[in-house]
Amino acid sequence: MLSESIIKELEQIVGSENVLTSVEDLVTYSYDGTLVEHCPDAIVLPNNTEQVSRVMQVCYREKLPVTPRGMGSGLAAASVPINGGVSVCLTRMNHVLNLDMENMMVLVEAGVVTADLQSQVEAAGLFYPPDPSSIKHSTIGGNVACNAGGPRCLKYGVTGDYVMGLTVVLADGRILQIGGKAIKNVTAYDLKSLFVGSEGTLGIVTQVLLRLVSKPKFTRTAMAVYPKIEDASVTVNNVLLAGILPATMELMDDTTIGTIEEYMHLGLPTQAAAILIIEADGSDESVVTQDIEKIGGICRQSGAAEVRVAQTEAERNELWRGRRSVSPSLARRRPNKLGEDISVPRAAIPEAIRRIKQVGEKYNLPISVFGHAGDGNLHPNILYDKRNADENARVEKASQEIFGIATELGGTLSGEHGVGLLKLPYLGLVESPIEIELMQSIKRTFDPQGILNAGKKFPVNLQ
Amino acid sequence: MAMQSNQTVFQGMEIPDEQQYLSCIKCGLCLSVCPTYRESFKEADSPRGRLMLLRKALAGELKLSHNLTDKMYRCLDCLACNAICPVGIKPADLALQARYLIHQSEPQPWIKPLIFKGVFPNANLMETAMLPMFLYQRLGVQSLVHKLGISNALPAQLRDSERMLPRLSRSAKSRVSETTPACGQRKYRVAFFLGCFQNLVFSDASAATVRVMAENGCEVVMPKNVKCCGMPHLGYGDVETARALAKHNIETLEKLDADVIVTDCATCGSTLKEYGHSFFSDDAEYNSRARAFSAKVKDVSEFLGSIQLREPEHPNKIRVTYHDPCHLRRGQNVWKQPRQLLQLSGAELIEMRESDWCCGSAGTQAITHYRDSMQILARKMQNVARTDATVIASGCPGCQMQLGLGVQRENLPMQVMHPIQLLDRAYRGDEK
Ligand SMILES: Cc1cc2nc3c(=O)[nH]c(=O)nc-3n(C[C@H](O)[C@H](O)[C@H](O)COP(=O)(O)OP(=O)(O)OC[C@H]3O[C@@H](n4cnc5c(N)ncnc54)[C@H](O)[C@@H]3O)c2cc1C
Ligand code: SF4
Ligand code: SF4
Repeated sequence: MLSESIIKELEQIVGSENVLTSVEDLVTYSYDGTLVEHCPDAIVLPNNTEQVSRVMQVCYREKLPVTPRGMGSGLAAASVPINGGVSVCLTRMNHVLNLDMENMMVLVEAGVVTADLQSQVEAAGLFYPPDPSSIKHSTIGGNVACNAGGPRCLKYGVTGDYVMGLTVVLADGRILQIGGKAIKNVTAYDLKSLFVGSEGTLGIVTQVLLRLVSKPKFTRTAMAVYPKIEDASVTVNNVLLAGILPATMELMDDTTIGTIEEYMHLGLPTQAAAILIIEADGSDESVVTQDIEKIGGICRQSGAAEVRVAQTEAERNELWRGRRSVSPSLARRRPNKLGEDISVPRAAIPEAIRRIKQVGEKYNLPISVFGHAGDGNLHPNILYDKRNADENARVEKASQEIFGIATELGGTLSGEHGVGLLKLPYLGLVESPIEIELMQSIKRTFDPQGILNAGKKFPVNLQ
Repeated sequence: MAMQSNQTVFQGMEIPDEQQYLSCIKCGLCLSVCPTYRESFKEADSPRGRLMLLRKALAGELKLSHNLTDKMYRCLDCLACNAICPVGIKPADLALQARYLIHQSEPQPWIKPLIFKGVFPNANLMETAMLPMFLYQRLGVQSLVHKLGISNALPAQLRDSERMLPRLSRSAKSRVSETTPACGQRKYRVAFFLGCFQNLVFSDASAATVRVMAENGCEVVMPKNVKCCGMPHLGYGDVETARALAKHNIETLEKLDADVIVTDCATCGSTLKEYGHSFFSDDAEYNSRARAFSAKVKDVSEFLGSIQLREPEHPNKIRVTYHDPCHLRRGQNVWKQPRQLLQLSGAELIEMRESDWCCGSAGTQAITHYRDSMQILARKMQNVARTDATVIASGCPGCQMQLGLGVQRENLPMQVMHPIQLLDRAYRGDEK
């Protein structure tokens, strides 16, 4: 519980309507996109950097735990305020501040919804490529804090690749401005990159300067159906070897295809072992058309039984419908799903999927695997019912084994969702003690009292 | 309203079944389309937030407090969350069920006891006592707002309420006869359900609806003893009254042996269609009767879109933009047909951005939640203003009132009409 006087002080900073303390409000900030829940003691919704700074000064003085929050779409419980204290939620700071056409950059507040940002720059003919599936319900600040990626990242890179500058409020309230519009800069450590993916443990991002590219004018999409999953994987390599860099290469395994068909009836080939959805884009129509045709050819040569190239926008939507139906159909099969986010070397994809299937059989749990084949980022989703205690226990073990598979194949626990709280117990599998120790000392430098999202991303060092 | 009770706190009450909310994965996608969330950016004003509050209340972890009640009543029932949820959760329906839960445990002190129970369901009184119109005209806005318990109403709110509530017109019931013969050969027998607002405020639109249908070979029967569709009561959690009204309407209309039951009010239409789904799900016998009834219900544009229409002689030469009423676009999946009617009427259709984003009216929301409602309206009017249309068409009285207010607030040279009125004009040629 926070004292009256602290609440008063916070209210004076952000206005009383932007400090929430009713039990009903607290409950609605106790979760993100996971099953973990813990209420904060208060929620503060600041309107500008200055207010965030003053709020942090109070929290620093009072040694109050602070959890930064965007739209709470995270999949690692990273924004769940497990220590209580103050949730600083950036959603009201949602303005696009400046669009600089000449330098092709945009300055935005951290709480802007990523899809809003994207549509605003697109209206001006520019393009912000990162496309997490949560683009309509996550903030750019959250994307930066988790270094979010998406299907298009194969060609265009992840959020961090677009961050040119940041305004960050540090734990003690100091306002740090890093980076800027100069594209090359080696005068200091790359502190800006330190904040990318830091999951709110080092500071609160309040403004982001992003680089933009010109909007690709043409997009073509193909779908390839494989009797053997290895061939899908080989295709990915063959396409890249041929010198074509598609925007996306999305993979779905047989369990995923079967589940979609069972619940959505889209006419997907249920006897297939895998489907790839590949999209090429660019500014020259003939090049894009050539690319997609070449890709189609490579798919066939690599073992695809069937290749469909969309000829119209309607056909393109139809091809994507399968991929978009993954979540809805999985949810219809079982009440709960645990969506993992492992990342493995590209060549290890078939082996990873084969072993994950064995895990599913061993624990008698349906596991659907889909993901971004182009960069080896797989989403094994374990389907279960959390009301069933026995199933819960099996899910726990299965996910542990999946992490084991990822690390044994030279991969990692998370490609884009982050560590947060959920993957903390497994961190030792991929991070050496030296790395963890270094991160702890960096943390101490930025946040000596350990008030910022403590207990997330890596274990807190109690000394 | 499939419900089961397993919570001792809610012993004997109808509560939402677990199946309706258990599979929410808390992904947050519904936040992106929720008008109340997109104004306040506070989680408790979002579908996911409301769902969580309901869940906690059902688990006995939260009380049905004033705060919780307020969150549930803030929902506009615009159905946007229902339409977008990837796993098929219907947060909008759950917010309404939460209101019913609240109502069962402690009837809400709002205007309901005064109006809904006492006045709305009473057919005789309805014409002179429709609310908020009636009270407003009798007492003036100031006093009405006071009676509704909105003690801190702002001067601007009083002014806007004054502007929004249009004059009562001559009621449709007194203007339109009980039976209107088809022009030419009779092809269909249509029962026309006259909604409260359509009758008393927008009777021009309803008169036009009847004329256009007759013009296209329909014999139109308009029973004058129908009662309110029940939506306002559902909205305020009074499910019992809503059911009683539904029974009355079913029994009144099924007797007429019509081919189709048509309404020109989006909200009435979606409620009449709902009679056969959730209203009587615990009464198998009545449920099948209600289902047969609902199967016949069509919005006027939906019906006209399904039959052969005569080309009008006097096409309109105007630019029109169309606002999709929530209860038509998402409530009934009707959105192509009104546009087709507008085009048939000769008007040039200019699409606004976010044409299916709620206008913030949501029944009486403009009075009960003035600030939210005006913010949502401002977003809508910005999109409207970007078109250079001279008419905003929308087939819902609530939307028409709200958009009319928006036009006044923003001082736009635009007129608000029901799409059917433009088609009627194209047939009759009396462009004024
Ligand atoms: C259906 C669904 C699909 C998803 N798809 C993808 C995907 O394709 N790719 C992907 O990468 N992720 C995906 N995610 C995960 C999630 O959407 C991303 O991690 C997103 O970046 C989180 O943004 P948010 O605004 O919701 O942040 P939150 O969930 O609120 O917070 C996430 C983390 O960021 C921190 N944070 C938030 N804002 C700030 C700030 N301003 N300053 C400092 N720290 C901050 C929080 O403390 C927390 O640690 C998906 C999630 C869902 C539910
Ligand atoms: S209601 Fe649906 S869209 Fe909203 S959070 Fe739950 S699952 Fe996601
Ligand atoms: S019905 Fe509309 S206002 Fe209500 S929760 Fe859903 S989206 Fe929000």
